[in-house]
Amino acid sequence: MLRVSLREISAALKEGRVSPTELCQRCLSFIKATKFLNAYITIAEDTALKQAEESEERYRRGQILGDLDGIPVAVKDNFNTAGIETTCASNMLKGYIPPYSATVVQKLLDQGAVLLGKTNLDEFAMGSGSTDGIFGPVRNPWSYSRQYREKSVQNSHIENEDSNWLVTGGSSGGSAAAVSSFTCFAALGSDTGGSTRNPAAHCGVVGLKPTYGLISRHGLIPLVNSMDVPGILTRCVDDAAIVLGVLAGHDPKDSTTVQDPFKPFELTSFIDASKLCIGIPKEYHAPGLSSETLALWSKAADLFENAGAKVIEVSLPHTRYSIVCYHVLCTAEVASNMARFDGLEYGHRSSMDKSTEVMYAATRREGFNDVVRGRILSGNYFLLKQNYETYFIKAQKVRRLIANDFVNVFRNGIDVLLTPTTLSDTIPYVEFIKEDNRTRSAQDDIFTQAANMAGLPAITVPTALSEKGLPIGLQFIGRAFQEQQLLTVAKWFENQVKFPMIQLQGMMDHGHTICHHQKSAFFS
Amino acid sequence: MRKSGGGRMWSLRFGRSIRGSPSGGASHWGGLSPGSRFTQAAAGGSDGRQEAAGDPRRRGRVYQNPTWQHVEQRPLPEKKVTVEVLDHLERLALVDFRNWEGVQRLEKAIQFADQLHAVNTEGVEPMDSVLEDRCLYLREDNITEGNCTEELLRNARETVEEYFIAPPGNIPLPKLEERDTFLQVSE
Repeated sequence: MLRVSLREISAALKEGRVSPTELCQRCLSFIKATKFLNAYITIAEDTALKQAEESEERYRRGQILGDLDGIPVAVKDNFNTAGIETTCASNMLKGYIPPYSATVVQKLLDQGAVLLGKTNLDEFAMGSGSTDGIFGPVRNPWSYSRQYREKSVQNSHIENEDSNWLVTGGSSGGSAAAVSSFTCFAALGSDTGGSTRNPAAHCGVVGLKPTYGLISRHGLIPLVNSMDVPGILTRCVDDAAIVLGVLAGHDPKDSTTVQDPFKPFELTSFIDASKLCIGIPKEYHAPGLSSETLALWSKAADLFENAGAKVIEVSLPHTRYSIVCYHVLCTAEVASNMARFDGLEYGHRSSMDKSTEVMYAATRREGFNDVVRGRILSGNYFLLKQNYETYFIKAQKVRRLIANDFVNVFRNGIDVLLTPTTLSDTIPYVEFIKEDNRTRSAQDDIFTQAANMAGLPAITVPTALSEKGLPIGLQFIGRAFQEQQLLTVAKWFENQVKFPMIQLQGMMDHGHTICHHQKSAFFS
Repeated sequence: MRKSGGGRMWSLRFGRSIRGSPSGGASHWGGLSPGSRFTQAAAGGSDGRQEAAGDPRRRGRVYQNPTWQHVEQRPLPEKKVTVEVLDHLERLALVDFRNWEGVQRLEKAIQFADQLHAVNTEGVEPMDSVLEDRCLYLREDNITEGNCTEELLRNARETVEEYFIAPPGNIPLPKLEERDTFLQVSE
């Protein structure tokens, strides 16, 4: 039952085939059974059960709040949740209990959703592996799938089973792993340079980064204010549309949300492909693109063409500089944003108290990991008076060129761009950590951060399994605020490719903590 | 269960099997497309407008080879940052480099950023936000929340009555030589 989509479980709740409490309990036990994935930092068992009970009462009275009533969801641990610890996977915020909830969290709760817990991430969402947080790395559920295991045995990829588990991608790796391993029906991530789409692609789920300004950032602990957006991770495109419908819209508490009214939509299964124009940006064949991803991308282009769509090669000439530009703007905004963590009002505080400045410096030394400190230092370097024009203003100019590249292709009749989401399928943790965080992010965000720089909506759709039996996703980038068109195309594509469901029986044979009666209950 | 219906799943079985080399090359392409209309595309122009207008001979193709190379692969002048600047950064950022790797991390970050100088940005206005063409929302200047002093103070480690407590102020961070920093050693 846990493996169905949000839409299906919603129907089951409405028809009384399952009760919110039963559903919540099942998810909670499954979270415990899959604890070794390290997808969750905090499990909010008590409040979740209470929320489920309240939902049950509403179903009993026939007064449900909406499609999400009674649906178990998870939220990345960089969104504030009133009364529930919010850590950003950092020592700096360990033990921090926010006095308020992020607007998006509140909207989920107002719809009756059941918040199961907070998911793991890279410290302050800085990373592309979900390997750099204080609670340890997240394990990709596909490491334990039948699909991957069978291939591994054939190709003897795995000598030592336990050291060869795969990374989820990041930084919303906990959310992606949670949706992929069926412990919740939807999860919130955040997306600054690809942090929702990257782990979604590596975990074989749908990851949506909405248009900048469509969804409130209030209560999302900021990384890069001009690019951050809350992201949505679900098992299918329809589910993403449902969650988007709940979250989108103006928030008086976030002045960067636009005031245009947003109308929730349902997606049609049918599209008139002949009216569709798909752009293939040639610069997205970047160095390092795996031959498998390239082949799938090409096949996807043909699929649209054969269905009658116009498929046109386009050029986004500044693509190669995009990741460099992102690097400068990101570190500069990080340097500014992280200034708020000083030990005085909340979070970690050092015991060194010779002076305020000494306390600040010691607090930040103790509270931040190397990656965060590194980004703060380089951001400060780019913002130095003597470097401001050369690096920061220069990067802001390049950002305009990148945004204009998109304006040009959309102005010339392209509806949606089709690109890879990542260079290749995911890799084992032991391989991943051979490169440092900056190098990894530069490789892993290469196809995703441009949409953040231009503020455009983008979605990754799981497309096929690689030779190794691991998911590969393709990305669609749409026009600003044209989520309906983007998701309609994505859904059509999803229906064509029939991505296989993860087979997790293998996970249960992994020798981790699960009882046999649970095994049969959850995988029947 | 979703997507349990008929129909074939997508797989990567073309004429010739492709082993997943993570940095895969073009050499695998032989089996993919016998007619290889892909090869000619590499000569494509760079003007987005022209191509978006559509050339019927060049529809729906994905380039066979990478269309660009990392600048990083060419030798770039190494970036060295003086101890004065490093000291200045530690004071500004209120975080320290901790060790030699910390300094190297900065130098590599600068070297990476230096690729931007290859872009011609003459006459281009810097872009702060993608919403620059809209008016940002300003709400009425009315009090909407408050009376939460206790709640807010609860997250601070040191408070007295309704105050956050800081150690003695207006004392600058000690000079490089008096500070506990790795930079002394590197000097």
